[in-house]
Amino acid sequence: MAHFIDRRLNGKNKSTLNRQRFIRRYKKQIKEAVSDAINKRSVTDTSSGESISIPQRDISEPTFHQGKGGDRDMIHPGNDQFSTGDKIQRPPAGQGGGSGPGDASNQGEGEDDFVFSISKDEYLDLLFEDLELPNLQQSQLDKLVQMKTHRAGFCNDGMPSNLDIVRSLRGSLARRVAMSASKRRRLTQAQEELATLLKEPVPPQQKITELETEIAELKQKIAAVPFIDNYDLRFRNYEKRPHPTSKAVMFCLMDVSGSMDQATKDMAKRFYILLYQFLTRTYKDIEVVYIRHHTQAKEVDEQEFFYSQETGGTIVSSALKLMDEIVKKRYSQGDWNIYAAQASDGDNWADDSPHCTEIMTNKLLKAVRYYAYIEITTRAHQSLWREYQAIASTHDNFAMQHIRSVEDIYPIFRELFKKNRQQQGAA
Amino acid sequence: MSYNPMNDGPDWTFDLLTEYQTEIARVAEHYRLDTYPNQIEVITAEQMMDAYSSVGMPIGYSHWSYGKKFISTEQNYKRGQMGLAYEIVINSNPCIAYLMEENTLPMQALVMAHACYGHNSFFKGNYLFKTWTDASSIIDYLVFAKNYIAQCEEKYGIDEVENLLDSCHALMNYGVDRYKRPQQISMYEEQKRQKEREDYLQSQVNELWRTIPVNPQEERMKKVHFPSEPQENILYFIEKNAPLLDSWQREIIRIVRKISQYFYPQRQTQVMNEGWATFWHYTILNHLYDEGKISDAFMIEFLQSHTNVVYQPPYNSKFYSGINPYALGFNMMVDIRRICENPTEEDTAWFPEFAGSNWLDTLHFAMENFKDESFISQFLSPKLIREFKLFTIIDDHKNPHLEVGAIHNDEGYQKVRSSLSAQYNLSNNEPNIQVYDVDVRGDRSLTLRYVPHNGIPLAESKSEVLKHLYRLWGFNVRLEQVDEEGKKQIIAQCPVEGGDD
Repeated sequence: MAHFIDRRLNGKNKSTLNRQRFIRRYKKQIKEAVSDAINKRSVTDTSSGESISIPQRDISEPTFHQGKGGDRDMIHPGNDQFSTGDKIQRPPAGQGGGSGPGDASNQGEGEDDFVFSISKDEYLDLLFEDLELPNLQQSQLDKLVQMKTHRAGFCNDGMPSNLDIVRSLRGSLARRVAMSASKRRRLTQAQEELATLLKEPVPPQQKITELETEIAELKQKIAAVPFIDNYDLRFRNYEKRPHPTSKAVMFCLMDVSGSMDQATKDMAKRFYILLYQFLTRTYKDIEVVYIRHHTQAKEVDEQEFFYSQETGGTIVSSALKLMDEIVKKRYSQGDWNIYAAQASDGDNWADDSPHCTEIMTNKLLKAVRYYAYIEITTRAHQSLWREYQAIASTHDNFAMQHIRSVEDIYPIFRELFKKNRQQQGAA
Repeated sequence: MSYNPMNDGPDWTFDLLTEYQTEIARVAEHYRLDTYPNQIEVITAEQMMDAYSSVGMPIGYSHWSYGKKFISTEQNYKRGQMGLAYEIVINSNPCIAYLMEENTLPMQALVMAHACYGHNSFFKGNYLFKTWTDASSIIDYLVFAKNYIAQCEEKYGIDEVENLLDSCHALMNYGVDRYKRPQQISMYEEQKRQKEREDYLQSQVNELWRTIPVNPQEERMKKVHFPSEPQENILYFIEKNAPLLDSWQREIIRIVRKISQYFYPQRQTQVMNEGWATFWHYTILNHLYDEGKISDAFMIEFLQSHTNVVYQPPYNSKFYSGINPYALGFNMMVDIRRICENPTEEDTAWFPEFAGSNWLDTLHFAMENFKDESFISQFLSPKLIREFKLFTIIDDHKNPHLEVGAIHNDEGYQKVRSSLSAQYNLSNNEPNIQVYDVDVRGDRSLTLRYVPHNGIPLAESKSEVLKHLYRLWGFNVRLEQVDEEGKKQIIAQCPVEGGDD
């Protein structure tokens, strides 16, 4: 009458599709929540998903049901004090007691938000939907730097260590069958003839002798077919294929001079977070180099980069120089995909700006895949901006954007990386 | 009896499950529980959440609302705000029951007795399930529905289908035939007929909406009233009569309607169904204990779970959320057995027709022939009313205060019983809304009529639902309310016309 089925090994994700449908439907709300959430994260934190909240009202499924009011009798258990005819003050709205099963419970406006988590992949998908890394297409070839050995079928010669015995013997067997087939056929025929002749009452001696010689010759010929021949040998073939490297390094350059306050740095940080997470979608291993500068540049760790306060003037070229040195020392161009993002409030010592252009065009832009400059300021642009504008008009892998407030960051990031950047040109 | 208990775990193995299952089946047969064959599936907690979110259907079509349900179940479960149900059982033939991997052996035995013999025999025996559902065809039908909807998504786009399903779901409770028995057929036949139906339906609709004037004068003479009788099955009415729908859309409406119909009996027999299943797990396992087949440790664990299930918190407890159907149902079943075996004078006076009769016959009779509403009005005894200390709260919005009505005393028993019975009457709880009129020769607008029960108004969501109805119907829809004096008033319409409300 009963049988057991162990379903535990069946997929547990029967609801995945329905979940995707849900996310698809509320993409707009979820996206908003996602872009609100980025500023709470550390730059390199891509291990977690994100918690999303959507107003309950937006996802309700309306049905006809009874509202409040009218005349109803409800039965409740556990009477400990009431007699027929007692009058009770109405409990304030929203309190239990008055509502019974099934009725008023599922109504009520203004409930909590619907909160749920999305996975890391879903989070990144939503965050970077429709974006792509620029310059991947035309520089695809540059990326092909490492060679990797792949199996590539079989060939007729090679080193003994690559000999494929099974295939070789299979070839040998086939060759032996093919080369001796007609002889074997003749051999069986001859043997049969011999047998019939021998059965005759008077065996014709001469014919028998002839047949016996033929049989002996045939056997010899068959035996002479070599067991293995050079033709039979098969060697495993390997070939080297260029393999795209998946290593990337991201340089974060930031001005930490006195004019950069914590709010400006936070904005820069958000931008770096976005860039880092975006890069993780293309590259497996990403290193981050933090370079901060005022009049001198220094390589620091994340904590110091964002939260230590410095004072003094600003010489941007110092940071560019340091970056160039680090690139040469540690990230030889072939192996690494180099990305850089520079954030500044636009302040620079006026005489230094032409110097920046020089380092940029002669050194850095040749090495990096993409260089993004964001200027976070509410004031007028200064000399650095104008110098950079000239660079942007001549170089494809250089982009610059102006950020005024926190809300600009995500849109501007999208602007920098949106597909078909052609129309954009120099900002 | 000798005390020679089976291994009591706590970890279960398939061998042990089979052993317990065999014993439970034997006792169930002793008590004449007639069941569909059982298909018992062991699943993990994650799979249980999957099953939850598809409202217990083993195969369901894809829809975002199931995703939403899954997400919230998962969230609550992960935060530890809720445990998962121990079991889910599906009214199908063979009857599919899920056991959760995490359960201990005594729990698995409880669940098997509860679901595989309790619920299962209820599905097979109760008149509502017999009339409204066909256990042997439901799985096939769900497969058909899933595939059909997937095909439509491919052909017409996910958004189209999703919008249509949203609208159908909003009216799902109004997709039920309350009087006619629906025909259920196997998947093969379903597919075969589906094509014929498409063509036929379309031709019928065209007939109704034919725009070639017949004879203008004759036309003006007779004022057509369509539908000739008010229709309570709104989805059915839409499926057959909506002017602008394609045949695949009609088919999807039909699918939603059929599934709604399939669940309709469950909504009407909650107390009975759970009461019956709880009564039998209790009785079967006690029977086995009396035979010495199960150990004391097993029994202690079982009783702990059982008492949790049948606990009824009083009205002023923070755990109170209405009457616990397990508690009420279980206690009524136990009480019926008591009335049969040891009737008091009161019982003989209240239940002359079965006090002192064979308890098993009476219980089977009750299970087979009643639903919650009638079951309570027939079998709730004064003794139980006293035990539960039931009392009535009269909540009339015209009065500034609540009033206590009948309580558990001689004058109150009858009233409490009939109020409680009414509380389980679906037609009191679901707004009475029917398709009243279609302006066939005019603007094709559709009018629904709401007749309030005890002056209870419709909730705010009505205008949202009307938007869905408008999507299905394709022309103006209107919802009018008729109060006790027969006064008509339009309470919602779509599209909204300025100044009317």
